[in-house]
Amino acid sequence: MSTRLASGGRLLNKGRALNFTFNGKRLNGFEGDTLASALLANDQMMVGRSFKYHRPRGVVASGAEEPNALFNMGEGETFEPNQRATTTELFDGLTCTSQNHWPSLEFDVGAINNKLFSRFLTAGFYYKMFIHPRPLWKHVYEPFIRQSAGLGKAPKDRDADKYEHFYAFTDVLVIGGGVAGLQAARAAGASGAKVMLIEQTAHWGGRAPVDGGTVDGAPVDKFVDEIVSELETMPNVTMRNRMMGAGVYDHGYVLGYERVNDHQPEVGGIRHRLWRIRATQIVTATGAIERPLSFAGNDLPGVMLAASIRDYAVNFGVSAGDRTVVVTNNDDAYRTAITLKNMGLDVPVILDARPDGGGDLALQARELGIRVENGKGIAKVKGGKRVEGVAICSQAGEGAVLEEIACDAVAMSGGWSPVVHLWSHCGGKLIWDEAQAHFRPDVDKAPTDATGEAFVIAAGSANGTLDLAGILTDADAAGKAAAKATGHTPKRKAAPKAEAEEANAMEATWLMPQGATIKLRMKSWLDFQNDVKVSDIQLAAREGFESVEHAKRYTTLGMATDQGKLSNINGLAILSDALNQPIPQTGTTTFRPPYTPISMASIAGEARGEIFQPIRRTPMQDWHEENGAFFEPVGAWRRAYTYQKPGESVENAVIREIDQTRDKLGLLDASTLGKIIVKGPDAGKFLDMLYTNMMSTLKPGRCRYGLMCTENGFLTDDGVVARIDEETFLCHTTTGGAETIHGHMEEWLQTEWWDWKVYTANVTEQYGQIAVVGPKARIALEKLTDDDISAEALAFMAFKDITLAGIPARAYRISFSGELSYEIAVAAGQARALWDALLEAGAEFGITPYGTEALHVMRAEKGFIMIGDETDGTVIPQDLNMQWAISKKKEDFLGKRAQERTFMADPNRWKLVGLDTLDGSVLPEGAYAVAEGNNANGQRNTQGRVTSTYYSPTLKRGIAMALVHNGPDRMGDVIDIPKVDGTVIKAKIVDPIFYDKDGEKQNV
Amino acid sequence: MSKAVSALQGASYQGYVTVEELGLRGMITLRGDLASAKLKSAVKVAAGVAVPKQRKVSLDGDVGVAWMSPDELLVMVPYEGVEGAIASIDKTLKGQHYLAVNVSDARAVFELRGDAAAEVIAKLCPVDMAPGQFGPGDFRRSRMAQVPAAFWMVDETTIRIVCFRSVADYVFKLLKDAAEPGGEVGHFG
Repeated sequence: MSTRLASGGRLLNKGRALNFTFNGKRLNGFEGDTLASALLANDQMMVGRSFKYHRPRGVVASGAEEPNALFNMGEGETFEPNQRATTTELFDGLTCTSQNHWPSLEFDVGAINNKLFSRFLTAGFYYKMFIHPRPLWKHVYEPFIRQSAGLGKAPKDRDADKYEHFYAFTDVLVIGGGVAGLQAARAAGASGAKVMLIEQTAHWGGRAPVDGGTVDGAPVDKFVDEIVSELETMPNVTMRNRMMGAGVYDHGYVLGYERVNDHQPEVGGIRHRLWRIRATQIVTATGAIERPLSFAGNDLPGVMLAASIRDYAVNFGVSAGDRTVVVTNNDDAYRTAITLKNMGLDVPVILDARPDGGGDLALQARELGIRVENGKGIAKVKGGKRVEGVAICSQAGEGAVLEEIACDAVAMSGGWSPVVHLWSHCGGKLIWDEAQAHFRPDVDKAPTDATGEAFVIAAGSANGTLDLAGILTDADAAGKAAAKATGHTPKRKAAPKAEAEEANAMEATWLMPQGATIKLRMKSWLDFQNDVKVSDIQLAAREGFESVEHAKRYTTLGMATDQGKLSNINGLAILSDALNQPIPQTGTTTFRPPYTPISMASIAGEARGEIFQPIRRTPMQDWHEENGAFFEPVGAWRRAYTYQKPGESVENAVIREIDQTRDKLGLLDASTLGKIIVKGPDAGKFLDMLYTNMMSTLKPGRCRYGLMCTENGFLTDDGVVARIDEETFLCHTTTGGAETIHGHMEEWLQTEWWDWKVYTANVTEQYGQIAVVGPKARIALEKLTDDDISAEALAFMAFKDITLAGIPARAYRISFSGELSYEIAVAAGQARALWDALLEAGAEFGITPYGTEALHVMRAEKGFIMIGDETDGTVIPQDLNMQWAISKKKEDFLGKRAQERTFMADPNRWKLVGLDTLDGSVLPEGAYAVAEGNNANGQRNTQGRVTSTYYSPTLKRGIAMALVHNGPDRMGDVIDIPKVDGTVIKAKIVDPIFYDKDGEKQNV
Repeated sequence: MSKAVSALQGASYQGYVTVEELGLRGMITLRGDLASAKLKSAVKVAAGVAVPKQRKVSLDGDVGVAWMSPDELLVMVPYEGVEGAIASIDKTLKGQHYLAVNVSDARAVFELRGDAAAEVIAKLCPVDMAPGQFGPGDFRRSRMAQVPAAFWMVDETTIRIVCFRSVADYVFKLLKDAAEPGGEVGHFG
C-alpha cells in the first residue's frame, strides 16, 4: 500500500494540514502536496478507469506527463473536468471526483463488458464494428459509445472565476526553471540582456534536488538556492513560476499560461493569466520525460515511473509501496532503488534488462545489499486492482517465468525523452539519438525567424544532455548564445562544474521480454489513457497503416488528453519494428501547442460578461433604453427596432410609429449612419470613380444620392453625398458600411491613385444625427429656430447650417421615408439635448420616435432599396432598375467594366419588382417564386425571390419587393410563392413604388 | 445653448489604478504633408508645439500634438478652442492640400493614475509598456482588447487614452476590469 513516511517531504509544510474530499471521502494532506501525492499518502492508489476498457488506473507519473490521474475538480460554477492531480497543488477544501466509471470507481460495469468483449475492441474497432448497418450508427452505436466513452463531465454552470491576458516583451525568454533554465537565465542575464524565466511548477530547480549531485563542490540543492537568489537580484531578469510555456509561434511569439491562484482559490482575483510574449530569443529548458517499459500488466495501479516514485518519496515523503521492484534499461532508475532503500523501504530486486547491467549506481545499490539481476525483465505483473507481485523472466526470451516476487509497487524506466514540444511547435527538427534511444533537437535545424535566423535554442536535458555536468555546460552555452543573438555580449565566466558519474549506456528496450508472446503483448500497454497496447500497433501495421500519423489515428495512440507524452516514442518504436524499418524513418507525429491543455477561459481572457464584445452606443442610447426600445444588432451597434409602450406588441408598436410619422411627426436616431469627409482638389474626380453617378457636378450646399460598387460591379453601399464646399464632400454610408467604405476609399487612394490630392476622415461619431420626419416636421423645427427653413430657403436635397434649440446644426433635406424630412446633424455631445428639445417641441404634434423596422417599412412602401436586403453581393444596380443612378457620361468608375460583361448585361438576370399578394397576406422572408418543371437535380425551377416583405400599415396589406425573371416586363402577371407549410401564396407583379409615386409628399 | 456632454460624463473607478473619464477635449484630425514648413508652422500656431516624430507626442500641459500616421496628426486643444484652432490652421495652410476636421465629439478620453498604470494597459494592448520602452513623450495608436485606442503618458504614473465615443462604455468597463484589485501583476517592478 502507498502511505506517508515519517521522514522526507522537502516540499511539505507538515505544520499545516489540509482537508480535501475525494469521491465524497474526507482525506488529509499537507501544504505543499500535490493532489496526487496527497491521494497516494492516503493509499488511494486507484484513481480512475481507462477510456476504452475501463481498466483500473493509478498514478503513473509526478508531473505534466501523467495520463491517468485526471479528475472532475470543484463543483458548480468552479467545476472543471480532466484536471491532472500531479500538477494540481493541494488546497484546503479541494473537492474532486474520479472520472469514467459507472456506477462506482471500485465496481464498474464497463470493466465487466471489457472482460466479455475485449477481443472485439482492437485497433480500429470503431471503424470495423460500427460501419454496418448504416442506420445503427446514429441510433444505437453513437449514443452507446458516447455513454461509455469520454472522460470528465462537461461543466454546466457559468465559470465564476476571472481571467486575463498580459502582453510582455523580452530579449530572452527561458522556458523551464530547472537547473538548465536557471543557468541559461543567469548566463543570458549577465550580458545585460532582458531575460524572462518561467517555470510551470511552484518550485525552482526541477528534478535536480531529487536526483542529487554536486555542483562546484556543493550539493545541487544549495546551488539551486544560490542561483535563484542571484537571479532575484538581477534587475534585468524577471522570474515567474506556476507559468507554463504553452506554445511557441512565429516571430518569437510565445503563450505563457500562468496559474495565478489555482493553489489558493480563496484569494479570489485572477485565476489564470495568459501571457502573450514576444521574445527575440527563446531557450527551451523544458527537461525530459521518463518512458514506461512495455511489459504485460504495466498498466496496473502501483506500476509507476521510477523517477516519479523517487519524487513522491523525496518531495512529499510518500512511498508507493513497502516493497518496490525496480525494472530498468538504464542507470538512472538505480537512484530510485537507492533512495527507497535509504529511506528504510524494501527493494526486493532491481531487474536490469541490460545483460551487462549498470555502472557506478549499480555498484552503490549492490553495496546497499540490493539484489540486482542483469539481463532480466518482467514477464507479467500479478494483481487485479493493484500490484501484488511480478513474474521475472529473461529479457532475451519469450516470457518463461523464472521466479515470482511479491511486491506492491513497480518502478519502471525505459529511458528518457527530451521534452522537444516547444522546440518543435514552430518548425524545429529532430534527430534520432541512437545511443540514448530518443529524439532530440537537431541544432542545425532550429525554428527560424523572418530573417532565416534561429530563434529557439534547446538547453539541458531538453537538448538530449542527461547528466548534470553536461546539462550545466549546455545550458550555460545556450544562455550565452541567446544573449549574443539579441546583440548583447556574454560574460566570459565559465559554467558551473558538476561532478561527473560513471554510467553505463542505456539499451533500447521497446518490448519486455523482447520476444513476448501475443498473450503478453495484448496486456502490454503503450497508451494508458486511451488503452492502446503493443498488439494494437502491430495490428495497425499489418493492416497497412504504415504512416505514423495513420497508425496514430487508427489506434488512437497519443490522442488522449496527455497527447502521448509517455506513449509516443514507445509506440513508434513498436511500429518501426513491425515495419522492419529504423525509427527515424518512421518519424514522430506532429507536436502542436499547447504543451498541456490550458483553460478555455484563459484564452477568452477579459472578453466575457458585459465586455464580451464592444457594443457601440449613440448619444441617445440611454433614452432608447429608458423608453422601451426593443433592440436589434446593426453592426456593433444596438439600434432600436421599435419602442414598445407598456403592454404593446412589437408589431403594434411598429404600426403605431409608422401611422404617426405618416400622419404627423416621427423622430429617428440616425447617428449610426457613416459620415466620411473627402477633401482635396481631386475630391470630385475621386468620388466620380467611387460612385456610379456623377458627384463632381454637385453644387455646394446640395445633396445627391449615390451608389457604390465593387470593382466586380456589385452594389456594395449607398447614401447621400453633400458637397460642403468646392473641395469638401461629406459622404453618408450605411450603418454597417462606415468603416469598410472608409477603408475602401483609403485603399484606392493609397494603392492606386496615390498621386491624387485627396484626404479622407471618418467623422461618423462626431455627430449625433436625428431625422425629423412627417408632415409636421417643418413647423416643429420652426419652433426651435429663427433661421429660414422654408421650402424656398431649404429645398429638397439641399442642406443648410442653422441654429436649432440654441445648438449649431446642419439640416439636410433628405428623405428615406417619402415624407417631408430633415436629417439634423449636431455635435455628438449636444445630440441628446437636441433630441429632448425636439420631443418637447413636437409634443403638440404627437411626435413619435420610431425604430429601424418603421424605417424599413416606410422605405419599402416608397420602393427604396436597402443594402443587404435588395443586395447580397451578387446584385448590380441594373438588377434594381437603377440605370438612372449610373452615369453614361463618365469614362470610368469602379464596377463599370464589370457591369459590361456579358452575364452582367444578360437580359435574363432577375430584376426588381413589387409584389402584391392577392389575398393581402405578408410573404415569408426570402421566399422563392417557382417556375414550371424541375432542374437537373430534380429540384423545382425558380423564377424569382423575395428580397423585402412587410405588412404595410399605410396600405393595410402585405407588400414585398422581389427579384423576378423578366419582372419589369411582366407587370400584372401572377406568380406562385410556396410557403414552407406547403401552401402557396399568389402574388401579382407590380411597380415597386407603392406609395406616393410622384414624390409629392417629400417635396413640399 | 445646452452644454455639450462627454459620453460618460466624468465616470470614475478606484481600483489598484484609478480610472477616470476626463470629459470633452478639443481634438482635430490634421492630415497633410508633415514635413512641410507650412504645416509645421500651422501646428505651432494652433497648439504651440512642434510636429512630433513617429510614435511620439509633443505636449504642453493639456495641449499637444500626437503622431497618428505618416500623413496624420491629432491636435489636442481645449474643447472650447477647437473652432479657433481650426480657423488658424485654415489660415496658415490656405492654398495647401490638407484636411483639418473637428473630431472632439467623436472621442472619449480616459486617464489612468497609479504606480501600475502601465500594467493596466499591458493587459489590454499589445504594446511593450516596460519602463524604458514606453515613457512620457511616447504615443501609440493600437488595439485595446477589441477596439482601436491611442494612449500616451503624462508622467510615469499617469496615462491618457483616446478611443471612439461609441465604445466609451466598453473601454471604461475594460479598464475597470483590468484595474480591479486582485489583478496586480507586478511585472514592471
